[in-house]
Amino acid sequence: MVNGNPIIEGFIEAVELIIALDPQVVEITIRSLYISLTATFFAALIALPLGALIYFYDFRGKHAVVSTLQTLYALPTVIVGLIVFLMLSNIGPFGFLRLLYTPGGMIVAQTVLIIPLLMGLTISALSGIDRDKRYTITALGASRLQTVTTIIAEARFAVMAGVLLGFGRAIAEVGTVMIVGGNIRGATRVLTTAIALNTSMANYSLSIALGIILLAVALGVNIALSLVQQR
Amino acid sequence: MTVIEAHGIRKVYGTLEVLHDVDLSVSEGEILALIGPSGSGKSTLLRLLDLIEPASGGELSVFGIDTVAERGRWLDLRRRMGMLFQRPIVFNSSVYDNVAMGLRYRRAPSGDIDRKVKEALEAVGLSRYIKSRATDLSGGEQQRVALSRVLVTEPEILFLDEPTANLDPGSTATIERIVTGLNRETGMTVIISTHDLAQGQRLAHRVGVMIEGTIAQTGPSHEIFREPKDRRIARFVGVQNIIPGRVVAQREGFTVVEAKGKEILSATPPPSDEVEMIVRGEDISLHRREPGHDEAENVFPATVTAIDPTAPFVNVTIHCGCDIVALVTARRAEALDLREGMEVWVSLQAKAVHLIQR
Repeated sequence: MVNGNPIIEGFIEAVELIIALDPQVVEITIRSLYISLTATFFAALIALPLGALIYFYDFRGKHAVVSTLQTLYALPTVIVGLIVFLMLSNIGPFGFLRLLYTPGGMIVAQTVLIIPLLMGLTISALSGIDRDKRYTITALGASRLQTVTTIIAEARFAVMAGVLLGFGRAIAEVGTVMIVGGNIRGATRVLTTAIALNTSMANYSLSIALGIILLAVALGVNIALSLVQQR
Repeated sequence: MTVIEAHGIRKVYGTLEVLHDVDLSVSEGEILALIGPSGSGKSTLLRLLDLIEPASGGELSVFGIDTVAERGRWLDLRRRMGMLFQRPIVFNSSVYDNVAMGLRYRRAPSGDIDRKVKEALEAVGLSRYIKSRATDLSGGEQQRVALSRVLVTEPEILFLDEPTANLDPGSTATIERIVTGLNRETGMTVIISTHDLAQGQRLAHRVGVMIEGTIAQTGPSHEIFREPKDRRIARFVGVQNIIPGRVVAQREGFTVVEAKGKEILSATPPPSDEVEMIVRGEDISLHRREPGHDEAENVFPATVTAIDPTAPFVNVTIHCGCDIVALVTARRAEALDLREGMEVWVSLQAKAVHLIQR
């Protein structure tokens, strides 16, 4: 054993923290999963129908809407954090909801962050149903509504892949949860903000432990994604 | 009874005109083959006739109903027709669910669906795959799934868009057998597009040739093959000889055409003074000795200038003032002991020389 190397010691301690189910590690992990899963759920609830609507209806400026959405995929998380912060703060229109520095506020922020991604990916998932398939559906005698439901059913795996990607972006981001949540211990501290804080305090073992968990979550998302994409 | 009546159909995508001046009439119980090179508009025309997309102009009646005036009835009309596409299309679900799609759209009772789907899969020999995922099947099997999916809806008109273009001979034969069988037994009208001339000839009662976005000629296949209306059709149906000439006389019911000093008799009345002679290579016979003149109206000596084997046939180019290509079997070429530069006798019936306007 190499004595005195803080990285290696930190790593060993981190593994111990995880195996021992350290209460602080468990609490932060559960909060992170809860916030990002809830945000993904609400974002999907809003973005999937909107994306489908945009795909199925032809209107002026449709192309512009789709390119705007694609631009917003790369929306900086701190910008979303800033905007949601201003909206939820005392000086903003939604200050009365008292959501600032609460998990609820963080859910709102992450929901806003990934809605464009989920909408855009829903549109491309539906566009992935090629022209010949749409002709086939029409030729088989589908009504307008039956056409829509068949296309959505056919694109279900691609849409699910989009939702998984959205969850991946939500759980891995640090900008909005830091600004809107405030990284309050025991209340709004999540995996990413905890890693940032503990690293700056030279508390490497906790950072590494949380980092391993975050990576494991990302890995899990990836495995789920490849399973879905094989369908 | 006429089931499809189209006049002056036109289709434009942006600035690209895909179809123009299409006139077509199809009778109940008929098998019509649309043949033509790729890009001639065959697939687009089938989609317009199946009411998958609207024409940009023209009149179209299906089952006697004016489809331009009655847009509200398209779904009902479409449900009396069916279409099989060139690329095998299956959906990401079980074979059973794939075949049931059209019946479910029509809200058929589930007992009926179950019985019809099982019968249809039996007929195409795919019963053992009923629970498999359709996307896991081979191309030929997927196309058979697609065919059963159309046939369970019992279409009165079946459109087939190059249905066997990518298939192995076995799957092709299965599909052709089922389609011709249904046509005979149930009187289903069939419109098939193909670039395979032999398939068109094999299946169809009548052939329409599509060239550059319009139907250039329709008729029984032997007529299209022997008497193409113009040069482009002649080229497409594989006529080897298109020889420019001039009408110099008419005698005893024949037209005398002169081409580079050689006079050839044709049974076609002269369409104009300047003509082109359309002669299929297989109608030209070669002999070692002068044949009797009772065999053909045109008998003359010529020199062999080129021999190109295209198994099981041989293309023999002969010179007799103008160059002519004769198609003989490999066996016949051997028997004649053909060599470049040798003298042969040529016989050609006057009725095998078709004349078109130049």
